[in-house]
Amino acid sequence: MTSTPPPDVAPPRPAVPEPAAGVQAPAAAAAKTKVSVRGLNFYYGEQQALFDNSLDVPTGSVTAIIGPSGCGKSTHIRVYNRIFELYRDQRASGEVWLDGENVLAPGVDVIELRRRVGMIFQKPTPFPLTVYENLAYGLRLHYRVKGSELDDRIEQALRAAALWDEVKDKLHRSGSALSGGQQQRLCIARAIAVEPEVLLMDEPTSAIDPVATSRIEELVVQLKATYTIVIVTHNMQQAARLSDFTGFFYQGRIIEFGTTTELFTNPKQKQTEDYITGRFG
Amino acid sequence: MRRRPAWPRKALDAAVKVASALAAALGLGFLAWILFVVLRHGAAALNWTFLTSLPSAPGGSGGGLGNAILGTALMTLLACVFGVPIGMLAGVYLAEYSRGTRFATTVRFLANVMMGIPSIIIGLFVYAVLVLPSGHFSGWAGGVALALLVLPVVARTTEDMLAMVPNALRESALALGSPHWRATLRILFRASRAGLLTGVLLAVARVSGETAPLLFTALNSPYWPRSLSGPTANLTVTIFNYAMSPYPAWQQAAWGASFIIVVGVLALTVVSRTLTRERK
Repeated sequence: MTSTPPPDVAPPRPAVPEPAAGVQAPAAAAAKTKVSVRGLNFYYGEQQALFDNSLDVPTGSVTAIIGPSGCGKSTHIRVYNRIFELYRDQRASGEVWLDGENVLAPGVDVIELRRRVGMIFQKPTPFPLTVYENLAYGLRLHYRVKGSELDDRIEQALRAAALWDEVKDKLHRSGSALSGGQQQRLCIARAIAVEPEVLLMDEPTSAIDPVATSRIEELVVQLKATYTIVIVTHNMQQAARLSDFTGFFYQGRIIEFGTTTELFTNPKQKQTEDYITGRFG
Repeated sequence: MRRRPAWPRKALDAAVKVASALAAALGLGFLAWILFVVLRHGAAALNWTFLTSLPSAPGGSGGGLGNAILGTALMTLLACVFGVPIGMLAGVYLAEYSRGTRFATTVRFLANVMMGIPSIIIGLFVYAVLVLPSGHFSGWAGGVALALLVLPVVARTTEDMLAMVPNALRESALALGSPHWRATLRILFRASRAGLLTGVLLAVARVSGETAPLLFTALNSPYWPRSLSGPTANLTVTIFNYAMSPYPAWQQAAWGASFIIVVGVLALTVVSRTLTRERK
């Protein structure tokens, strides 16, 4: 992980991120930037899905990504942890700086990158293991822990994910026996157990009932004190409720990026306005 | 417009239903008949001596097929020891590491071809590359021939079973920072374990009834298998020899051997079906 940024690109940890062309810099850009995307293009085979995406995700905030289906929201965040590389025909170009390191540079330790950048998926994906082993799996990957220390770390993570009270008596039962909402919180616990810095959430509540959804939303608000969160959502109310910053994507381009308040009350682009007022999408 | 009358449609439907039911009954009937004949003749041959002692001399009575049971068990085990790990690794490669590459397509095609090769040709192949150079038949050669039959079956089932694991599970293991091999062994294998086990059991069931590959490799032997480096007794070649012999005791023993194989395969199939059902 020794890549250094080339000249005329965003320097590591810029005090004030330079706004990329065509993108409004967040008004509260005085905050430190955790992830800085510059000129990101993405291809599924021959087909280009993202066009020149640039944005800055401020540290310790919730950034929402909204837009109609198929606009590239998920594709965009799947570059941050390089999970797209599982598929041979998918390719990204451009830069994604995480604390001053370009994660797309060759030679980046992807395993360590993924420890630092956790991900929650649309459908809960508990491993076919016990609740305890679901968390222990990630912990053992990255840390030399065992015995009571491992127990403690697992309890901590489950408490942080507001799940401990519900599962403390079923730690050694199968994770897939939990309810949908519990499974999703188990996945969150699993992700935060390895102490990431960024949490990517890809429509984390779209497969979950409303009550469970509101519990996860509460959780997201609590977690932002510790982690920088990027959440992709179809639900504009959710974006408005949860996030500090919002990016509106349309057809693979970032149409507008700004504070959530500003984007929802005073959108600068016509397309953003049309979308948030429900005229399309 | 005049309506079509309903009765021709109903009559045709009834005819197809009856025809297909008859066809199903015919198929099942033969299967039941085979099982019945084998079990009836075979059960008469079964007793403790039959399972544990050496065959009688030609024309003599008594004796058993303990050596052939042991030999078949050993060579089947050997086939698994060689065939299952290599087959599984190949399946993992096809499903996890090489999706969409030309090499993978080629390997998959070859595995499919290999599954379709008549087993007698596998036997001839092993005869040519192992038996002829070493100068004698051996249990090792028999095990290798059976392993060559196990290998493509296990490789293809492993690939298919892994391909059935939802990508979301694979991605969430990798997104946690798991190396791909570890995600495969700990998470994906676990998610598809019933299917993987079924694949192995079906492969075992298949090779335990193979005769042709053993004719040229292990041959057969009237003695206990002291080591696998000489001709090795086995059930299927024994059936082949005994069933064509003129001695009633041997013919009876052939039925007994058939019984053991049929019951063994049946047990394996039932076990594998039960395991698959458990998953759902």
